[in-house]
Amino acid sequence: MKGSMRSGRKLFFCLAIFGGLHFVIAFAGFFSPYDPTTQNRDWPYAPPMRIHWFDAAGHFHLRPFFYPLRIQEGAFNEYQQDTTHPIALSFFVSDARYRILGILPLRIHLFGAGETPVFLLGSDSYGRDLFSRMLFGGQISLLAGLLAAGLALSFGLLIGSLAAYLSGWGDEILMRLAELFLALPWLYLLFAIRAFLPLTVSPVQAFLLIVILIGTVGWARPARLIRGVVLSAKERDYVRAARGFGATGSYLLRRHILPETWSVVLTQAAILVPQYVLAEVTLSFLGLGVPEPLPSWGNLLSSLQQYSVLTSYWWMYLPSLAMVPFFVSYLILASALQERAEGSKI
Amino acid sequence: MREISQRIRGFRGGPPWVAALFLLVVGLWVGNSSSQPKQPLAILEATGTTEELLTLSGEIGHPGGRLVVAFRAEPKTLNPLTAGDAPSRQVIGLMQSDLIHINRATQLTEPALAKSWTVSKDGLEYVLKLREGLRFSDGHAVDADDLLFSFQLYLDENVHAPQRDLLIVGGKPITLRKLDSHTIALDLAKPYGAAERLFDGLAILPKHLLDGPYKQGKLDQSWTLSVAGSQIAGLGPFRLKEYVAGQRLVLERNPYYWKEDSKGARLPYLNELVILFVPNADAEVIRFQSGETDVIGISKVSADNFSALARQPRGYTMADAGPGLEYNFLFFNLNDLGGKASPDLARKREWFGNVTFRKAVSLAVDRAAIVRLVYQGRGAPLWGPVTPGNHRWLNEALPHQSRSLDGARGLLRSAGFDWKKGPDGDPLLVDSSGFPVEFSIVVSSSNAERTKMATLIQDDLKQLGMRVQVVPLEFRSLLDRVMQSKEYDACVLGLVSFDADPNSDINVWLSSGASHFWNLGQAKPSTPWEAEIDQLMEQQLDSRTFDQRKHIYDRIQVIINDNQPFIFLASPDILTGAKNTVGNFHPAALEPYVLWNAEQLFLRTSSESTPR
Repeated sequence: MKGSMRSGRKLFFCLAIFGGLHFVIAFAGFFSPYDPTTQNRDWPYAPPMRIHWFDAAGHFHLRPFFYPLRIQEGAFNEYQQDTTHPIALSFFVSDARYRILGILPLRIHLFGAGETPVFLLGSDSYGRDLFSRMLFGGQISLLAGLLAAGLALSFGLLIGSLAAYLSGWGDEILMRLAELFLALPWLYLLFAIRAFLPLTVSPVQAFLLIVILIGTVGWARPARLIRGVVLSAKERDYVRAARGFGATGSYLLRRHILPETWSVVLTQAAILVPQYVLAEVTLSFLGLGVPEPLPSWGNLLSSLQQYSVLTSYWWMYLPSLAMVPFFVSYLILASALQERAEGSKI
Repeated sequence: MREISQRIRGFRGGPPWVAALFLLVVGLWVGNSSSQPKQPLAILEATGTTEELLTLSGEIGHPGGRLVVAFRAEPKTLNPLTAGDAPSRQVIGLMQSDLIHINRATQLTEPALAKSWTVSKDGLEYVLKLREGLRFSDGHAVDADDLLFSFQLYLDENVHAPQRDLLIVGGKPITLRKLDSHTIALDLAKPYGAAERLFDGLAILPKHLLDGPYKQGKLDQSWTLSVAGSQIAGLGPFRLKEYVAGQRLVLERNPYYWKEDSKGARLPYLNELVILFVPNADAEVIRFQSGETDVIGISKVSADNFSALARQPRGYTMADAGPGLEYNFLFFNLNDLGGKASPDLARKREWFGNVTFRKAVSLAVDRAAIVRLVYQGRGAPLWGPVTPGNHRWLNEALPHQSRSLDGARGLLRSAGFDWKKGPDGDPLLVDSSGFPVEFSIVVSSSNAERTKMATLIQDDLKQLGMRVQVVPLEFRSLLDRVMQSKEYDACVLGLVSFDADPNSDINVWLSSGASHFWNLGQAKPSTPWEAEIDQLMEQQLDSRTFDQRKHIYDRIQVIINDNQPFIFLASPDILTGAKNTVGNFHPAALEPYVLWNAEQLFLRTSSESTPR
């Protein structure tokens, strides 16, 4: 009892953080002050701006404010803080249009600053706000990871249970096929497939293409795991008994066997999603993923391939840190689910 | 820019005691300049031949020292007849000389190995006089036979020299005749206004070394990188000393070089020129910063690296030589579809073919932002193919329209386009049939600068309601799409003219030209303005004076501006740098940016080095 209560609380805690992070990403339009594609050409590579509550004289202001940055005369990316004109942040401002979950159009943003842009995490080479791009990029990368993991798991579930159910020739063929897919170097396979496809695809099509590509390449591992679970479930006493009573194959699968796989599927999902998010990030970093001007955590990092960016603009590294809390929460969720599943096994 | 003055110096032989006295004086003088190798002047004087050297004005340097530079790619050969890549040509340029040379600073031709020349009244015959008493780097004398031999090799069809096409004037290759031991005559089929510029880079080759391989048909095996320096001879300031594959190529001073400074010291000043091979631009920057190399910018420095280097200069100075000859542009696919196109493609071709559409796009492009964000301000916006770095040929009267989104919208409206509300509330541009204007711009994925330009243009056109996608492609696939399959909508590309003279880009502007990107492979000009450009180009080829040619080329620039086959974007500045100890460092806007005056570069002693 105590064990399951502790794991239950742990699971609840994980789910709360997990949900919170995903809530922020899902409502990226609300939490980010700007549209991710808006270019502010007078502020290329602006460093992150600090939000102050205390001004230079030491007075406390309830409304946080920042000092705008202006480019120095004749320089390209050297900025000076203009401390004579502090700009206060406004909350719940109406700015660029966005859609919640792609359906509900809204214009309200958590905070904004009016005419002068406020860059919480700096800006990129076109003056686009990195904070907004990170939130929206998270939408694309996480969604790609989720969909691809879902696709891989569905295929894995289908083929794994099919292989275990068929046994004999069917099983052999499917498992050898799985080994083939495991042995393929998936990155180069993706390059090759991407090169064959028509090049002028819309951003939405490109996104779906990536999801399908990385999802279909990775079904082999979950398939083998599920096959193992189904095989062992097939030999359980109650399954044999049900078969003895005349249950059909599909009834057995649906009623007895697949529920066994449920815990494996869940934990696999929690492990696979970070992997597929990384796969999408890798593809986009190399320029094969989501096209400009759409952000994704991968193409936010792709400018770091240039030496001058790597050494001069430290805030361009921050998107890599954004992934960390997500991956950690997924893995903790996976281990919590694992604990729960093992705890409930007799 | 400094002007190069020329003087011919000769020494007449006199009674033997004068010669002996002279030898004594020369010997003392030579003895004092200890770091110079022994001068062969003494030998020359003893044999009685005069040596006609070219005197260069400029800062007087002291002899000696070693200059270290970095190349990003290794040369493939030292044979001028087979060299196709830029690093090979650069090294060959340091080892060879030409008859008439283009001064990279003034962009004008001046006498080099040819001390003077005359042109016949009809412009069909050029008579050039070679300087007397000159020797190759191995000491062998030069005369008109070597000149004839060199041109024979360039023009021989079996040799397949890349220079052959340059020497075809009026459809026929030029022919040469020997008039005497130091005079040759060239005959052209048609008068050619820029004929003098043809000679730049055409090395005069030694007959005594290459005649044998030529007769045996083994020219392409001569002068590869594996041969010893003693087997190669040239008239350039340096000769080969050592080559270590993958590491360095070392050139040493040519003691027989035919130029001197205004004080009479024979050039070059440097004893050695060491070329280190570095893998990429970043490695080049690191080596320069650490002091391993003395100059940077053999291939120009990018704006980012330039800023990083200029921020904290330690013993070196960075130089911005102004815009070069590179021009970047956006163009639309105007190739003839031939009737078998899908309605989608046909519709796009209709939009692109409308000159008002192209003019609207040109008005909407934010050139100032391109210069600021792509080149960090070190560049120039362009409205035509001639950059501000080419001051002789630029049509100053061309209008420079500043960016105007309203103006662009007005033009689009007059061309039958309109706006309707898109699903997200922003206005979408639609054509007269109601189809939204959407197309893609292909760009080379390895060129970060042009990809940035394409992304900026994408945002500019979004303000007009056009939905544009940027598609980075591998460079070869890009070229294939533009030149072979012609399956693209729009493209951002760049070209670098190899000479300031408009004839260097003739293949872009002639409707039959191989680089007439927007509509390749036309049997005859498809539009009246392209026909007019063809005609004008022919005219300026025939014209004899610069003023005539400038007038015609100005008109060509106006036609290009009126029809916008290319929407010109920007040109980067030539960025270089050198240690403060390097003297006579005057980077030019034409290639080779840094080493064009290698014979005059010298190293100051530590007491003299001053920051520029």
